[in-house]
Amino acid sequence: MNEKFVPRIVGFLCNWCSYAGADLAGVSRLQMPPSLRAIRVMCSSRVNPLFIIRVFLIGADGVLVAGCHPGDCHYQKGNYQARRKFAILKNIFESLGLESDRLRLSWISAGEGPRFAKVITEFTEKIKELGPNPAKEKVFL
Amino acid sequence: MSKVLKINKSAEESVQELLKFLLKSGKVKGVFTLRKINDNGAVAYSLVTSLDMLKDAVPLFPLMPANGGKLLSRLTLRGSVAEPVVAVVRPCELRAFIELVKRKQGSLENFLFISSTCSGVYPLEISVNGNIDKKLSQYWDATKRNEIVPDTRPTCKSCEHFLPYTADITIALIGKKDIGNKCEIFLNTEKGQKFVDGIDGEFVEGKLESEEVVSMRNKRKDEKKKLFDEIGIEKFGLKGLIETFGKCIGCHGCSKVCPICYCNLCYSDSQTYEHKPFVYEIELKRRGGLRVPPDTVSYQIGRLTHVGISCVGCGLCADVCPANIPISTIFLKVGDSVQKMFDYLPGRDVEEQIPVTTFKTEEFVEVED
Ligand code: SF4
Ligand code: SF4
Ligand code: FES
Repeated sequence: MNEKFVPRIVGFLCNWCSYAGADLAGVSRLQMPPSLRAIRVMCSSRVNPLFIIRVFLIGADGVLVAGCHPGDCHYQKGNYQARRKFAILKNIFESLGLESDRLRLSWISAGEGPRFAKVITEFTEKIKELGPNPAKEKVFL
Repeated sequence: MSKVLKINKSAEESVQELLKFLLKSGKVKGVFTLRKINDNGAVAYSLVTSLDMLKDAVPLFPLMPANGGKLLSRLTLRGSVAEPVVAVVRPCELRAFIELVKRKQGSLENFLFISSTCSGVYPLEISVNGNIDKKLSQYWDATKRNEIVPDTRPTCKSCEHFLPYTADITIALIGKKDIGNKCEIFLNTEKGQKFVDGIDGEFVEGKLESEEVVSMRNKRKDEKKKLFDEIGIEKFGLKGLIETFGKCIGCHGCSKVCPICYCNLCYSDSQTYEHKPFVYEIELKRRGGLRVPPDTVSYQIGRLTHVGISCVGCGLCADVCPANIPISTIFLKVGDSVQKMFDYLPGRDVEEQIPVTTFKTEEFVEVED
C-alpha cells in the first residue's frame, strides 16, 4: 500500500442530515482524513446514478452517497428510492467487473457527527486498500 | 387448454385471411402489420385501413425494421386510437409496448394483439443486402424442425420469452410441422375469441405450451448461457469497457432505436452533457490526452441504469451499431441481472410496477454501510 496515497472521495451529502452531520463533525473538531470532496444535494434521491458514474470514470477513488436514516427522509421516501437506485447501480458495476467497493451508501443524521467521522475514516481506509482508481490513468473521460 | 382456430392454409396465408376477415367485417378499422415495400425484401411496419393495401401485408416476415412496440407508442403517445385496430407484433415488441405504456408513453386502448411463438428475426443487414429471400426457406424449415434458426439475431437465438405474454391471439409456429398448409391460431382471451367469431374454420381445444415449446425453451437457455459465457462481461472491468466502447463512434443510434430509451430530450444529447473548457483542461493536465468524442463509456453505463431494468432483448441496438459492438448482448446480460433483483420481467403484465418507481421499506440493507 502506498502510504502517501490520500484517496479522493466524492460525497453526495443530503442537506437535511448528512451535510449537517458533516458540519457537526467539523465543529466538534473530530479527527478524520482529508479525503472528502463534499457536494450538497437536497436529498439522497437527487443523486442521479449518472453523477456517480461520471465522477467514478473521471477518477474519484471512492463515491459516497449519504442521506437520512430510513423513515427520516425530509421528503418521506427519497432515501428508499435512493437505496433502490444505488443497489441497481452496484449490481451493474458488479455485472461489468467494475470495483463496486468504491461506492458506498450510508445513513448519517444531523446529530451523528461522530458517525460521520467514522464513515469517512472507514471508507478512506477501505479505498487505501483498493489503491487509486485505475480510471485516473486512462486516456478516456 | 385454450380455444384454437384451425385454418387449412399456410400460416402466412391464414394470418392474412384472419386480418382480411377482421377488416372486412368491420370488427377492426385498421391493421398494424409488416408490409412489403418493394420486391427486394424491404418491409416496413404500416397501419392500413384499406383491404387493397392489406394485400401486401407480410405479418410473419422474419425481420424487425423497427421495434413495433416503439412504433405503437408513437402512434398513441398523444392519445389512444379511436377505433379498434389489430396489431401483429412479435413477443418482445409487445413487451416493449407494455413497458412504454407503463411509462405513459402509449395506450393499449382499442388494440387487439396478435403475436406468435417466435423463431426470431434476421439482422437488418441481411435484408438491406437483398439476401433475405434466400433465407426464408431455411427460416421456415428450422421453425418446423424445432431448431434455432441460424443467422438470426444473437438475442433471438437466446430468447426464452418467445411465447407472448399478453397477446389476445397467438399463432403457433414453433415446432409445428404443418405450417406449410395448416395453421393453429390460439385464442388466449375472451376478446380474441369475440373478434374471430364468424370466421371460416374449425374450432378445437389445444395447448400452446407444447413439448416442442418446452424443448425450444431449453435450447434457447443453453444458447443464452453460451452467449453470455462468450462475451464474459463480468470480466470486463474498466479495461474491457474501454476496449469495447472504444470502438463506439458516439452516434447514439443504439438509443434511438431502443424502445425503452424513450426520452425525447435525452440528457446525453443535451448541452448539459457537454463539458466546459476547464474540464478538458484539467483532464488534459492529468492525463496528457483525451479521446474524442468523450464519454462513450459513461454514456453506456448511464443507459444501462435507465434501460437495463426494462430491456426486452429485442436486439435492435446491436443491429444498428455501425461499430459492431454487441450492445444487445451486454444489455441483455446486465438487464437479466438487475431484473432478477426484483423478480421483474419487463412486459409480462401491464399492472406490474417498474421497480425503480417503487420500493419496500425493508430491503437491500446489504448495500448500506
Ligand atoms: S450504436 Fe454503436 S457506435 Fe452508435 S452510440 Fe451506440 S454503441 Fe456507439
Ligand atoms: S437495449 Fe437493445 S435489446 Fe434492450 S430493448 Fe433496447 S434496443 Fe432492445
Ligand atoms: S432528505 Fe435526506 S435523504 Fe431525503
